[in-house]
Parts: sequence; structure tokens; C-alpha cells
Amino acid sequence: MRALIESLGARVAEAIARFGFGISLLFECLYWLVMGPKYKQRVHGWQIAEEFRKIGVNATLIVNGLSVVVGMMLAIQLLYALSTFGAESQVLLAIAKSVTREFSPLITGIIVAGRSGAALAAKIGSQVVNQEVDALKVMGIVPVRFLVLPPLIAMVLALPMLIILADISGILGGALFSIGKMDMTLAAYMKTSLDVLVLGDIMQGLIKSVVFAVIIALVGATMGLQVKGGAEGVGRATTQTVVISIALIVITDMIFSYFLTQ
Amino acid sequence: MKQNRPQKDTQPRRDIVVVENLVTQYGDKVILKGVDLRVEAGEIRVIMGGSGSGKSTLLWHIVGLYQPTAGRVLVMGRDIHRISFLEKLDVLWKLGVSFQNGALLSDMTVGENVALPLREFTDLDEKTIRIIVRMKLEVVNLGGYEDYYPSQLSGGMVKRAALARAIVRDPLLLLFDEPSAGLDPILAAELDELILQLRKAMGITMIVVTHDLDSAFTIADKITFLHEGRILMTGTPDEVKNADNPIIQAMIRRQPLHSAVDPQKYLQRLTQALDKKK
Repeated sequence: MRALIESLGARVAEAIARFGFGISLLFECLYWLVMGPKYKQRVHGWQIAEEFRKIGVNATLIVNGLSVVVGMMLAIQLLYALSTFGAESQVLLAIAKSVTREFSPLITGIIVAGRSGAALAAKIGSQVVNQEVDALKVMGIVPVRFLVLPPLIAMVLALPMLIILADISGILGGALFSIGKMDMTLAAYMKTSLDVLVLGDIMQGLIKSVVFAVIIALVGATMGLQVKGGAEGVGRATTQTVVISIALIVITDMIFSYFLTQ
Repeated sequence: MKQNRPQKDTQPRRDIVVVENLVTQYGDKVILKGVDLRVEAGEIRVIMGGSGSGKSTLLWHIVGLYQPTAGRVLVMGRDIHRISFLEKLDVLWKLGVSFQNGALLSDMTVGENVALPLREFTDLDEKTIRIIVRMKLEVVNLGGYEDYYPSQLSGGMVKRAALARAIVRDPLLLLFDEPSAGLDPILAAELDELILQLRKAMGITMIVVTHDLDSAFTIADKITFLHEGRILMTGTPDEVKNADNPIIQAMIRRQPLHSAVDPQKYLQRLTQALDKKK
């Protein structure tokens, strides 16, 4: 029993330490973003562009594809549920609102955490193991500025873009299934969906996207920079990044959903 | 707070590295137990010792990667652990480090790796940078490998590419961590030759951490022998070869260390370790 409590205590202490490291990493990123040029530590546009390509552009297909499927799935469920009350016409409203406010940010966040968060942890982790991070330090290059800040900025730029695209794809997916049942044209469905949406619906998703982006980048970087134990440690860090990022995204989504709907 | 103040140059110009009473401790474990070291400009100093003797730790203190528990390290007259960020950049600009496994950035080509310090800290145009990179790669016999990724090179080529990156800023001080580790004897000898050529051509001061005896005796002007965090002796290769210290002789003759020390003391150390575990 004592061993169990000790083990639990050690895990809690480790989690708190990692959380603290992640927060300090965020402040360090902000510091180098602002003060970098003064200390010969410029953040390069090409690095941000390259990360944006990997995180955003390369994820467009999977994010949009899955959003179409989620939109269709929502349409199937909502048409079934609402037909009980003879309220099939409300499907359009329900899909538009739930996709933009909830499903797009959540699905996109989870996909990006699985793709780019894990990749970031693996990249930085292997760089720690191979002394590449030490090599940067002795060249005078601040590793946080060079390795963490570009993906963080790219993530903050890419996620809102992906979410806007996912919004359109999700609504389109819903439309593909619903138009036949609702006897509407695709153009009319899409136009009506846009009409029922207010700026707040889109903004809710976008606000969440920025928070998710920061979470994914910081968790990936934290786990990567704290890698211990060679290649096995890198693998462990990668898995943990996905699990922790998704858990934090879901919890944060719930908290934001609560406050943004009050 | 006093310790954090930058300190004035207190060393004569000839010493490019001065280590004074350096102590490093992690928890209960003391790695370096008051190390004093002076390396003169233009010298090739080899730091030798068995595994866990603290030689790599000493190297990482000299480049400012590790923070000492006590003592200080002056590199080119400046206390590397107590200077401002910009002053440290200035010191780091004048030194190059060659890591044991090369530590080239794996997502960059050899050319990009070598060019990295120039792209980060100079306003040189791309054409000039490419010429410098090609020159440095030629120096280490890797001309034409600019577009290769580190994963496409052999171990020896990676080390040479890392050396090209280390010398791209024409450093005054070059540090090597186990340069011949993992290389076959011919490649190791070629690397030794390259180190000597570099010193001759560029007059760079070098600190080489190794436990490769052949390499040490070939390249060293002086050898500093570390054991369990303390310097056992510093001398020329001949002085080290003829030293009557049993630990140094065990290393030179490739004998197990416990046969070179008092068996009674060795047994006592083993039983102490067991008692600690209990």
C-alpha cells in the first residue's frame, strides 16, 4: 500500500514538474520572440514556413477528409433523433453550430496532436539524445528559440486555418447526407448554413484552436526536451505526448465550451 | 549574487583556458573534486582517464554547458559561467566543439550544418557562405558532400563533417569529445593526422578528451590524466608513459584497475557499496 502511495506521489510530483517546465517554456518562447533580435537570436521566417507546411498544409487532406465524415455522421444521428419530433429542418442548424463550435476544433486538435505533436516530441527528443541540442548551445544558438518557437508559431497559425477548412468540410459532409432527405440543393444548404451561423460560432472554434495549438506545441516540446533513456525514451515521450495532448485538449475544450456558452 | 558578477581578466594571455578548483556535484555524487587546469595557446592538450573519471564533464564545463558547484573556468580570459549572454556568445564564437557522435542536425544536409553558425550570426551573403562551407569541407576531405544528409554518411565522415562545422568560424579553441570513438584504427589515425594538420595550418589550441592511448600519444603536447574527479598528473606523453602511478600504468598497459591497486582496499570498496545498498 505504501509503495502504491509513494508511486502515486512520485507521478503527481513528476506531472507538476512537467507542467511547470511547460509553462516556463511558454514564457521563454515569448521572451525570445520579443528579445531575440537584441541577442542575435532571430526567429527565421523560413523555419516558421517549413513548420507551417508540415503542420498545416500537409494535414489539410486528413483534417478535411475526417471532417466530411464527422459531418455525415452528425447528419445521420441528428436526422434520426430529430425526426422523432418532426424537426428534421433543424438538422442544418444543429450541424452548422456543433461543427463550428465543437467538432472542428476537437477533431483538428486531436489529429494535429497525433501528427505534429508526436513528431515534435520525437524530433526534439532524438536531438537531445544525439547531443544536437548541446551542439546548438555551444554554437550560441538558444535551443528554445531554434527548435520550439518556430513550431509553436506555425501551430498557432496553422490550427485556425485547418479549423476554418474543417468547418466548411464538416458542413459539407452534413449536407451530402442531408440534402436528399431535406429536399434541398447543395448550394441552398450551404448558403442557409452560413446564414444561421453568427461570428461567435466561428470565433469559438478559433479561440479554442489557438489554445490547442499552444498545448500541442508545449507538450511536444516539453516531452522532447525532457527525454531520458535513449531511443526507448524517445518512443515513450512520443506516446506520452499524444496521450497528454489529447487529454488536455478534451479537458480544455470542455472548460472553454462551458464559459463561451454562458 | 556576488558569484553572478562578470569577473575581470586575471590570467596571463598565454593561457587560453584556466580551470580553477572546479567542483561538480550531482546530489551525493561528486564528479569533479577540485580540478585545476591550464591550457596554453597553440597547445594540444589531451585529457585522459577511464570511464566515469569526469573528463567529459570537465569538457562540458569548459564550453559552459554544465554549471559548476564551485570553482571557475576562464576561457580566453572570461569566466564562462558568469558572463552576460552576449559576452558568452562572443566567447562561443571563438571556439568550436566536435562531439563524440558528430551531433550534426539530422534534418539538415552536411552543407547546411556547416553553414549554420554563419547563417545564424553573420550577415554574409549566401554565395560567400557556400564558398566558406566548401572550403571547410575540403579541409576535412569531404568536398562534394554538401548535399548529403548525416544519415547517408559513415561514422568517420560524420565526425569529419562535425569537425568542418566546428572550424567554420576559424576558432581559437577547438574541443573534441572522444574523436576516435567508434572508428577503425585507420580512420582514427587519419583523424589524428587531420587534428595535427589543423593545428599546423590554423594554430588552433585544442583540448581532446579521449581514452584512446595511441591517439593521445600521437597528438598530445601535454596529457592531463583524470581519475575519479581528480587530476593524477599532467605531463608530456613521455612523462605520462614513464609515470609510476599504478592507475596510469594500468591504463597504459590495458590492465584491469583492481590489479593495480591494493586488493584489500578494493574488497573494502566493494563491501561498502553492498552496505550502502542495504
